[in-house]
Amino acid sequence: MSEANASATRITPGNALRPEDIALLETKPADAVAQYALWLGDDALILAQRLGWWISRAPELEEDVALGNIALDQIGHARSFLTYAGRAWDKTEDDLAYFRREPEFRSVHLVEQPNGDFARTIARQFVVALYQWELYSRLVDSSDPTLAAIAAKAVKEVDYHRDHSIQWTLRLAQGTDESRRRMIAGLKLTWPYVEELFTDHPLVNELGDIAVRPSSLRSSFDEAVKLVLDEADLELPDVPGAIGGGRQGLHSEHLGYILAELQVLAREYPGASW
Amino acid sequence: MTGGSTTGDDGAKAPSSGPQEPREAWPLWEVFVRSSRGLSHVHAGSLHAPDAQMAVRNARDLYTRRNEGVSLWVVPATSIVTSDPDAKDQFFESPQGKDYRHATYYTKSEGVKHL
Amino acid sequence: MTTTAIDAGSRVDEDTAGEQLFNELIAQDSRIEPRDWMPADYRKALTRQISQHAHSEIIGMQPEANWITRAPSLKRKAVLMAKVQDEAGHGLYLYSAAETLGTPRDKMTEDLIAGKARYSSIFNYPVRTWADIGAIGWLVDGAAICNQVPLCRASYGPYGRAMVRVCKEESFHQRQGFEILLELANGTPEQRAMAQDAVNRWYAPSLMMFGPPDEDSPNSQKSMEWKIKRFSNDELRSRFVGMMVEQVKVLGLELPDAEIRYNDETGRWEHGPLDWNEFKEVLAGRGPCNAQRMERRREAHEDGAWVREAAAAYAEKQAAKYAQAA
Repeated sequence: MSEANASATRITPGNALRPEDIALLETKPADAVAQYALWLGDDALILAQRLGWWISRAPELEEDVALGNIALDQIGHARSFLTYAGRAWDKTEDDLAYFRREPEFRSVHLVEQPNGDFARTIARQFVVALYQWELYSRLVDSSDPTLAAIAAKAVKEVDYHRDHSIQWTLRLAQGTDESRRRMIAGLKLTWPYVEELFTDHPLVNELGDIAVRPSSLRSSFDEAVKLVLDEADLELPDVPGAIGGGRQGLHSEHLGYILAELQVLAREYPGASW
Repeated sequence: MTGGSTTGDDGAKAPSSGPQEPREAWPLWEVFVRSSRGLSHVHAGSLHAPDAQMAVRNARDLYTRRNEGVSLWVVPATSIVTSDPDAKDQFFESPQGKDYRHATYYTKSEGVKHL
Repeated sequence: MTTTAIDAGSRVDEDTAGEQLFNELIAQDSRIEPRDWMPADYRKALTRQISQHAHSEIIGMQPEANWITRAPSLKRKAVLMAKVQDEAGHGLYLYSAAETLGTPRDKMTEDLIAGKARYSSIFNYPVRTWADIGAIGWLVDGAAICNQVPLCRASYGPYGRAMVRVCKEESFHQRQGFEILLELANGTPEQRAMAQDAVNRWYAPSLMMFGPPDEDSPNSQKSMEWKIKRFSNDELRSRFVGMMVEQVKVLGLELPDAEIRYNDETGRWEHGPLDWNEFKEVLAGRGPCNAQRMERRREAHEDGAWVREAAAAYAEKQAAKYAQAA
C-alpha cells in the first residue's frame, strides 16, 4: 500500500486525524480552501497560545490540568488546519505559524483578547467554545473530506470545552458576590468581539458547501447562550459590537505581542530544525 | 491520627483539618476508572473538587489523559465506609483454614478431564 | 485504678501490638496502608518527603512553562504543554498520597508559599535557552526517574502507587528532552553550541538532585531501614552517571566532567567533585530564581482564592437547594 493510500484511508470522518497524516496527503487544497483553513487554524493557534499561559497559574491544580487539556486540543486543531492549508503552498504548519507576518494571520479579535482574570478567560472560552461547536458541527458535512475529518475529531473535543466553560460560567455567576461581579465584567469585555465571528466574507461565497457560512450559525449560538445565561441569572451584555477585520488581516493591537512571543525563537534561527 | 483518603484501596475518612478550614477548600473525592468494557471500575486515586459535577470532570482531565478509561466514578471520600483496621482478625481470619472452598483442595480428582 | 488509667493502659497495649505488626510488615517487605498503626517518625518523615516531592513537581512546572509560549515548533509546543501539564498531575497524585497521612493539601500549599517547605533546589536555576528544555528533560527528568523507580516499591502503599503512575507517565519526559538535544546537536553550529552549553550548566545540578553524599545524609539511614528509600544517594547518583556517560555519546556531546570513570573494585561510576556549597546556598534560598518561583506560586494561589471560594459557595447553595426540594 502506498503512503498516499495509507493516508487516504485514514482521512474519514471520525478517524483520529493527526497533522502527520494530513502532511502525507497527495491532494492539494485549492487556494480558497487553504485560506479558509487558515481562518480556523489561526483561531485555534492564537487561542492555544493564550490558554497555554495559564498552565502553572490556574486557581487550583485540577484547573491547570483542565485548561491544559483544552489548550492541547486547540493546538491539535491548529496543527491539522495549518498543515492542510500549507499543502496548497508547499509550506509546513511551522512555516505558517512562525514565519507569517501579522497581516497574514486570519484569526478573529476574540481569540486575541487578553486572559485577564479567570472570569474573563472563562467568558472568552464560553463564546469561543459555543461558536466552535456550532461551526464544527456543520463542518463535518463539508464537501471537502479533509476539513470534514478534522471537524469530526474537533467537534467532540470542543463539546467538552463548551461544557467546561458552561460549568464555570454557572459557578462564577452564582458563587460569591465577587465572582458574580467578575463574571459580569468578563462577559462585558468579551461581548464586543462576538459579532465578528458571525460576519460573512466573500471567501465563503466562493467556497459553497466546502465552508460554513458564519451568519448561518448565529441563531443557534444565540439560543445556546441564552439558555446558559438564563440559568446563571445573567443578562446579555449590552455593549456595541466592535468592528473586526481579522479575516482580512486587520487585527487587534494584542496580536503583535502574541506573535512576538510565539515567533521569537524560530525567527532568531531561521532555517533551523527543532 | 489515621484516616485520610487513600491513593489506595484502604478506604477513607477525609482528613480532619480542624474547624478553621478556610471556605475555599474543596472536598476530596475518590476516583474509580473502568479501563475498558467488561472490566470493573478500579480505584485510580483522588482529587479535590467543589462538587460532584466538577469532580467527575476533573477526574476525566486528570485520570484519563492517556486513554485510560471508558467510564468514571467519583465518590466523596467521606462517604466511603471502611472495615476497621483494628478488627482485622475478626473480619479476615475466618476464611483461613477453610481450604475446601478452593478447587486446589481436591487432589484426588486431579487429572480428570473437564473437571 | 481509675478509668483513665485503664484507657491509657490499653492504648499502650494497642501501640505495642501496632508496632509489632508494623515491624513485621516492614521486615516482610509488605506495605503499610493509611489506617495501619505507624511510628510517629515514620509518618512525619513520609509526609515531609512526599510533600516535598509534590512541591517539586508543582514548582518544577514553572521553568518549563515559561517556554510554552516560545516553543520553536508547534509539535514541540504541544509536547511541552503536555509535559508541564503532566507535572501538575504528578503533584496532584503525590499530594493525595501525602493527604492519606493526615495533612490536607491546603496545609501543604500554605507551608510552601510561606516558605516553610522545601522543594528540589534545581528548579531555582534559570532556563536560559531552548536547549535547557532539552537538558532538563534529559538530565533532570532522567535523575528524577532514577530516584523514582525504586520508590515504586516504597513501604508506604499510597506513595508507591503514586510513583508507579508517575513513572509510567514520565517515560516520555526524558525521551522528549533527549530528542530536543539530539535535534540541536545535529543542527547548525549555533544550535549545537546551545545544546552543549545547556548540558554544561545542568549536569552538576542534576547530580546534586540525588541529595548530599551518604556520609552527610543522616535521614537516609532511617529511611532505608523503613524501606521508603531502597538505595543510598551515592548509589543512585553513580548509577545515573553510568547511564548518562553512554547516552551522551549518542548525542555527540560531552559531559563537563573529566573525572568520570568506572571503578572496577567498587563496581561504581565515579564523578568529579560537586560544589556542595552552592547546593546549600541555593537550598537556603540564594538561587537565581528562588524568589521568583515562590512569588509566582503565591500569586497563582492567592489570585485563585476567589475562584475556589466561588465554586465552594455555589456547591453549598446547590446542596441547600436540593435539600429544600427533597
